[in-house]
Amino acid sequence: MAYPTNYRYTKEHEWIDAQGGTAKIGITDYAQHELGDVVFVELPAAGKKVEQGKTFGSVESVKAVSDIYAPVSGEVVEANGELQSKPETINNDPHGAGWLIKIKLANPADVNALMDAAAYEKFISEQKKEASA
Amino acid sequence: MESVNSPTNSAPRKTPLNALHRRLGAKMVNFGGWDMPVEYPATGGLVAEHKAVRGSVGLFDVSHMGDIRIRSGQRPGGALAAVQYLTMNDASKLAIGQAQYSAMLYPEGTFVDDVIVHRLGDDDYLLVINAGTRDKDVGWVRENTGNFDCKVEDLSDSFTQLAIQGTRAAELLAKLTDANLSAVKNYWFTHGTVCGLPNILIARTGYTGEDGFEIYIPSDVATSERVWNAVMEAGKPYGILPCGLGARNTLRLEAKMALYEHEISDKINVWEAGLDRYCKMDKGDFIGRAALEEARAAGLKRTLVGLEMVERGIARDSYHCLDESGRHIGVVTSGSPSPTLCKNIALAYVPPSFAPLGTAVYVEIRQQKCKAQVVATPFYKRQKKASAS
Repeated sequence: MAYPTNYRYTKEHEWIDAQGGTAKIGITDYAQHELGDVVFVELPAAGKKVEQGKTFGSVESVKAVSDIYAPVSGEVVEANGELQSKPETINNDPHGAGWLIKIKLANPADVNALMDAAAYEKFISEQKKEASA
Repeated sequence: MESVNSPTNSAPRKTPLNALHRRLGAKMVNFGGWDMPVEYPATGGLVAEHKAVRGSVGLFDVSHMGDIRIRSGQRPGGALAAVQYLTMNDASKLAIGQAQYSAMLYPEGTFVDDVIVHRLGDDDYLLVINAGTRDKDVGWVRENTGNFDCKVEDLSDSFTQLAIQGTRAAELLAKLTDANLSAVKNYWFTHGTVCGLPNILIARTGYTGEDGFEIYIPSDVATSERVWNAVMEAGKPYGILPCGLGARNTLRLEAKMALYEHEISDKINVWEAGLDRYCKMDKGDFIGRAALEEARAAGLKRTLVGLEMVERGIARDSYHCLDESGRHIGVVTSGSPSPTLCKNIALAYVPPSFAPLGTAVYVEIRQQKCKAQVVATPFYKRQKKASAS
């Protein structure tokens, strides 16, 4: 699956799609593959603050729990309510309909410090090499 | 106690099918010092594998399991005496061709490992043991059979063990063997030709709570891959899937089958684990018996219960159990979503006062108290066939 070039990415495999002062956050295709079938999602309510590098929620497959870290700081505007009844959306469309939360950015410039798609793809190809070594 | 060889410190061991799993694109994990497939995403992954077993058939590589053969020495009876002393079930009740679930215990009445004891012949027994405890178990058997007239052989690396599990497992395997499988009852075994290989041990055993067989074939890579592929080919009409340890875990959890270091360990005794019916106190002495007498007289401090989550949340291994006031009362040993029941289930140790069905127990999930209730186990019980076959 292609990694959208207008998104930014973290080493914890979250993506962020910033548009002006707000941004959508989700987990990458690589992350959903690693996790397997997602069966449960726990997300913060609107109004909650998220802090860069700190966990704000979790995504669970049958086998594992994965904490989700905030790529940047901000305040939750909306959580993706669809995921409660259809958590598999994260597997089916991780970069689109499977988004997790929408936040109001504390400092929009923070986003630029994250990896772009090319850097992230290089990062995961190295991870894959390590895993198969 | 002898020192336990810790294989996780070195490179993980591989079964003869390791390369095949990788070619199938399996997601691999280190399990008890073994590099094993956890699921095969290319063919649908864990949930699909679980459902294949419940609804049709799945194939597992379980070659990481170990095998210890105990035979009598000069005089008959030595092997039986050794097995009786080493294990808690009554092996004298076994006919040739029959197997039983049992366990080896420490003198404290806690678990060295759970095992399946097969009676191969008059003075010939095979103990199938767990992967993570293989070296410890072999050492334990050798140390504790010195006073018996018997020979102990570690055959763990001699077999590739395949588990063919599911409602249609018998139908599938019948296509590949001359053995009369309908004559092999649950927890019995036979020998027959499988895929042209003579004298293969075919046991109607498994770790899924479903009907199924475990076959023990020569462990060279070529034979192992040939038989694996033949089973997959013969299983095509049934929609057979290769299954990993992930599905193995959810299947055995639904059936409330114990996993070492989870429901049973060197800290948990037989009564706590609720395995009373496999422990025969009146069969004569065995390691752990005296401690179990004392433990029975002292009464239970904790007991294994089944939980079903009432509130949103998934209980996981080692999460804490709380009472309504938030006081710590126990621990989850295994927890997962149940693909068959579509509920979040768990096994947990709690004080006996919390064991009655319907009792509210809370599980601490990421600092939050989530309500669960005690339910009957096993969570899943297979339908017994109406026919006498």
